[in-house]
Amino acid sequence: MLTHILILMVLALALLGFWLGKRKAILAATSLHSLPVHYASYVLLMTILPASLTLAIWSLAEAWLLHDQSLTLSTTNNTLAQTDTALKSIVVIIVAVLSLFFAMQKVSPEFRARNVVEKFILAALMVCAALAILTTVGIVVSMVFETAHFLNLHSWKDFFFGLDWSPNFHGDSALSILPLLWGTLYISCVALLVAVPVGLLSAIYLSEYASSRIRSIAKPLLEVLAGIPTIVYGLFALLTFGPFLRDLFGPEGFFAVGWMSDTRSVATAGIVMGIMLIPFISSLSDDIINAVPQSLRDGSFGLGATQSETIKHVLLPAALPGIVGAILLAASRAIGETMIVVLGAGAIARFTGNPLEALTTVTTRIVSQLTGDGDFNSPETLVAFALGLTLFALTLGLNIFALYYVRKYREQYE
Amino acid sequence: MIEPNPHKSLFVASAQTKQRATAEKRFHMLGLTAIFIALSMLAILMTTIVAKGSGAFQQSFITLDVALLEAKLDKKGTRNPDNLKKVTTFGYAPLIKAAMEQIVVARGIETDLTSKDMAAIVSKSAAAQMRDRVLNDPRLIGTTTEFKFLANSWIDGYLKGRVTRETIGKNKNISSAQLDFADRLIELGIIEKSFNIQFILGADASDQRPEDAGIGVAIIGSFAMMCVVLLLALPIGVAASIYLEEFAPENRLTDFIEVNVANLAAVPSIVFGILGLAFFINMMHLPQSAPLVGGLVLTLMTLPTIIISTRAALKAVPPSIRSAALGVGASKMQTTIHHVLPLATPGILTGTILGLAQALGETAPLLLIGMIGYVATNMPETVSQGLLSPNSAMPAQIYEWAKRADPAFYERAWGGIIILLIFLVTMNLIAVRLRRRFERRW
Repeated sequence: MLTHILILMVLALALLGFWLGKRKAILAATSLHSLPVHYASYVLLMTILPASLTLAIWSLAEAWLLHDQSLTLSTTNNTLAQTDTALKSIVVIIVAVLSLFFAMQKVSPEFRARNVVEKFILAALMVCAALAILTTVGIVVSMVFETAHFLNLHSWKDFFFGLDWSPNFHGDSALSILPLLWGTLYISCVALLVAVPVGLLSAIYLSEYASSRIRSIAKPLLEVLAGIPTIVYGLFALLTFGPFLRDLFGPEGFFAVGWMSDTRSVATAGIVMGIMLIPFISSLSDDIINAVPQSLRDGSFGLGATQSETIKHVLLPAALPGIVGAILLAASRAIGETMIVVLGAGAIARFTGNPLEALTTVTTRIVSQLTGDGDFNSPETLVAFALGLTLFALTLGLNIFALYYVRKYREQYE
Repeated sequence: MIEPNPHKSLFVASAQTKQRATAEKRFHMLGLTAIFIALSMLAILMTTIVAKGSGAFQQSFITLDVALLEAKLDKKGTRNPDNLKKVTTFGYAPLIKAAMEQIVVARGIETDLTSKDMAAIVSKSAAAQMRDRVLNDPRLIGTTTEFKFLANSWIDGYLKGRVTRETIGKNKNISSAQLDFADRLIELGIIEKSFNIQFILGADASDQRPEDAGIGVAIIGSFAMMCVVLLLALPIGVAASIYLEEFAPENRLTDFIEVNVANLAAVPSIVFGILGLAFFINMMHLPQSAPLVGGLVLTLMTLPTIIISTRAALKAVPPSIRSAALGVGASKMQTTIHHVLPLATPGILTGTILGLAQALGETAPLLLIGMIGYVATNMPETVSQGLLSPNSAMPAQIYEWAKRADPAFYERAWGGIIILLIFLVTMNLIAVRLRRRFERRW
């Protein structure tokens, strides 16, 4: 509770510094180097920064030291904590006052306050940009540690090369990634088989054939399809498309073939995921096709080629690297997609080639292993981190490769 | 008359030309078919959602006159609130049975049902509803008061056509005699369908009472998360973009940051959930299932989107603006903050709204940090409760309903999707309007 008051006091001091700095700058106004507000901001920053740094370091040390002691010194702990808090507040306030005083001394017409303040701002901007690196590092570190923990408890041979996935609570679970990878890749392939032809042809039609009126209607509608959350597609797979497929291929279905027993299957999840990816592929390919210079088309038309011949023999070969990049990005989305497969693909890990049978994927297992009530330090729970790391590595590889491909292609015509 | 040579005439198409023309037509049709497939999928999706979800906004209610007997609810007759609270919902259940019997007699309904079976068509939430109202207003005890109870989900399904006499078969929750009884009550206007505000404002209910479940608490959870995302992702994202677009020197570090941003935009959302679980919950010991943690995870997820769109907006500001500002003596920082940033604001806001819309529909990471549907049972009362006490979010609530076995929940899942889509459409429309209204062509 005291920390809040402490922070408020430091802020109040800083505001006082802002006011004092501005006043001093204005009163000294012969030929100031910077605007008064720069001097004021300088004092404000110089008051806040040392004090908050002290507070942060002290609090960290306190958490670290007192946490260890509280186990043994529970009786003296209370008084110790009280003196500690009092001491902390006094030191922080003193630091704030001293730095305020020091900063005020610096305020003079020759002092280049603007340069200093702008350097602070630039540093802050840079820290924000570096957050992207921090996030990546955070993802990798958090998963690597837990994965190492998992591999201590479970044999790595079984994880990478085993053929069974059957977690249980007796401590002898078979936790192998291979059947999950099979399911993931199979479903992603089905999705791409749906999405790539439809998405690519839509993009070609929209950019080469469609009149501007059709384009102005169809493109926003495709974007709507892209903006629908995946949970909606998942629900559609589970409650509408799965039952529809079973009505066709189930034992009592339209074809009466009995190929499908459950509503959840590779085809259910794969085809619905394909629908989700159509706008993704079409908008990426649209950009790429539009980037192909008009002169290439004109040259082809000039030689007497029809529109479709131009597209097939000139446009597509020219755009191919970009389109391959787009397909790889779509594949990475398909592999990482969660809600559609959680709701539509089922939970049975096995190697089957029948698209009408249920399969499971890496992402569904991550969700089920981490949302259960299991002990957090059991291999059955920790395996989720190993799965997550594999998923991250897989999609990262695809993304880097695809981005590199797309970038290289773009530069070709710039 | 000489026959024109098919290989020489311009007026008769040669076999090859015909073939090429057919190929052209075929390809054109192929493209048209692809667009048609894509758009009809959208149409099918939308029709399904509206057809299956609109039912959730209507609910069957049973209006009953219940005699609130003093002998049952307040034996001592003191109206002391503490004594009244001692009567649990079990104490109220017999009153519903009595009210049903009374209706049968008064309206002359012929039925073989026991009073227990008759009362069973009322929702299990009815006793709690009566108790709440009596505790709020003890003067009601001893009077006969009109209550509008929710009907049991099976009766509700019967009114909506989901449950029929053929489909109930050996269902032990409902019998065809009860449906006959319900038919009579419908004729008498005692059972009626009406708009169900509780679905939009209420909390999730146990899987025994689908009729009572609402998405209101989850909406609050989503709203709290969006506030966190907006407060963190917008400033950080804009700051990062300004650095990368205006200040960053061309060196390895900048390249590395850019590669990271591009990759993070394509990392599967579930990976961010794992990060949230490992870092925010296991390492920093932030509370599980809290919208604050959900907001932090979604912030990390939305940041790349916001950075990418903000950079595009900054890039769209012409260099002449920067040159002019620099020319009159502004520093680089002043140029950026006073001139470039204001001009890029509409583009930044558009990108931010689209990023928020993406975050609003995200489910998978929330499941990992414990924001599962069934925790959304209590409406938060203060801001800190809204951020820290366990809650869910709209998509996670929909997922929870989709998982439950009772088909009555499916209707609610679709209804929840309608609400979610209304939010998303509104956000997107605002973004489009912003873009139209403030977009400048230089």
